[in-house]
Amino acid sequence: MEIKRITTPLREADVLGLESGDKVFLSGYIYTARDAAHKRFVEALDAGQSLPFDVEGQVIYYCGPTPAAPGRVIGAAGPTTSSRMDSYAPRLLSLGVKGMIGKGKRSQDVKKAIGQFKAVYFGATGGAGALLSKTVVSYEVVAYADLGPEAVARLRVLDLPLFVVNDCFGNDLYEMGMSQYGAG
Amino acid sequence: MRDVSVTDIAAAIERLFIEANFELPGAVIKGLERAAEEEASPTGRAVLQELLENARIARVERLPMCQDTGLAVVFVEVGQDVHLTGGSLAVAVAEGVRRAYKEGYLRNSCCDPFTRVNTGDNTPPIIHASLVAGEQIRIVAMPKGGGSENCSEVRMLTPSQGIGGVKAFVLDMVRRGGPNPCPPIIVGVGIGGNFERSALLSKEALMVPFGKRNTEPRVAALESDILREINGLGIGPGGYGGSVTALDVHVKMLPCHIASLPVAVNIQCHAHRIKEMTL
Repeated sequence: MEIKRITTPLREADVLGLESGDKVFLSGYIYTARDAAHKRFVEALDAGQSLPFDVEGQVIYYCGPTPAAPGRVIGAAGPTTSSRMDSYAPRLLSLGVKGMIGKGKRSQDVKKAIGQFKAVYFGATGGAGALLSKTVVSYEVVAYADLGPEAVARLRVLDLPLFVVNDCFGNDLYEMGMSQYGAG
Repeated sequence: MRDVSVTDIAAAIERLFIEANFELPGAVIKGLERAAEEEASPTGRAVLQELLENARIARVERLPMCQDTGLAVVFVEVGQDVHLTGGSLAVAVAEGVRRAYKEGYLRNSCCDPFTRVNTGDNTPPIIHASLVAGEQIRIVAMPKGGGSENCSEVRMLTPSQGIGGVKAFVLDMVRRGGPNPCPPIIVGVGIGGNFERSALLSKEALMVPFGKRNTEPRVAALESDILREINGLGIGPGGYGGSVTALDVHVKMLPCHIASLPVAVNIQCHAHRIKEMTL
């Protein structure tokens, strides 16, 4: 299986070169955010405030890791179910977020926004938190420390293994996979 | 009558939850290995290899295999000839959970339903205690992830829907969950009893040893049928398409009211974390 290596921040050219089903190794800085952090992002935007980091070209990882044991950068760090972030995602994409990493299906609105704003949704293997943590080189909380495991952290990753689920051309790996392997 | 100190129960709970999060049961690893041989999709095989490598890293490096280290579900079967000393069972179980999640660097995943403020120590645990014959205590620890639990449901079918209705419901739940509960999944089905008993039955079904069929032939046949039909859906490992969507299906069945056909489907992710011990 061919592996495409890309580095954050993502440019439009990076996104245009990705298709659903591609295996990708992602490197560079990414930001963790899940339910509670997304709620605060939107509350901040509604109040006319800026987001806690410059989102232009950035990739958000739907992840709430386990605490790091002594001598470790991070604990287990796999993806959580993305659909809970669906109501927030189009707004973040409109502000320049280029990538999202999680697991599971996205809504029609998110898929539309992925196409409109030229972004990409990656799947990381759910339940592979120990394996995925090995690709995390650094971990630094940058906002909402009071949220504990749900705080926003900046991770530097090296060759984080992903699959492209939703590309900017309207394809969906989950649908493609089921139609290829399902009995119908 | 045998005296058992609740302090020993707390210590057992602490150990079981830490071990459960680090060590995937050998039977599940074998199931994943077999799936990796049988899976038709190259992407599916790649995902299964990741899961096997993940289990190895977790075991060797003593890392949780998944960052969702679960709500703490505890089954305690207390022999009726046991006398518990030194305090309350529920307090001791909670103390064991508290220590496991702190000492094991596990994630606290328990919060207020509305404010979403974390309780900070992964308590309260969910305790199912029952009285059994004898003078031993059996404890089963099951850290249960939220992603797969969210794909579970109880439905009150009508008796006329019968076995076909049950199958259709289970298939519908698996189809709707799709990639979300981290396939390949394990499916617990509780049939009969009443509303709450069916839900508990479906959780008990997940405690049946991996790969073991129900002793009642018609129920065992139902398990095999459902497993085959689920694997025909094409969801596959990680949901990226493939021939292995479920590793196993367990059905537990009880008589029910003449007006009812309660069915519960409890979905478990491939990180089927379960550890038990007998005191």
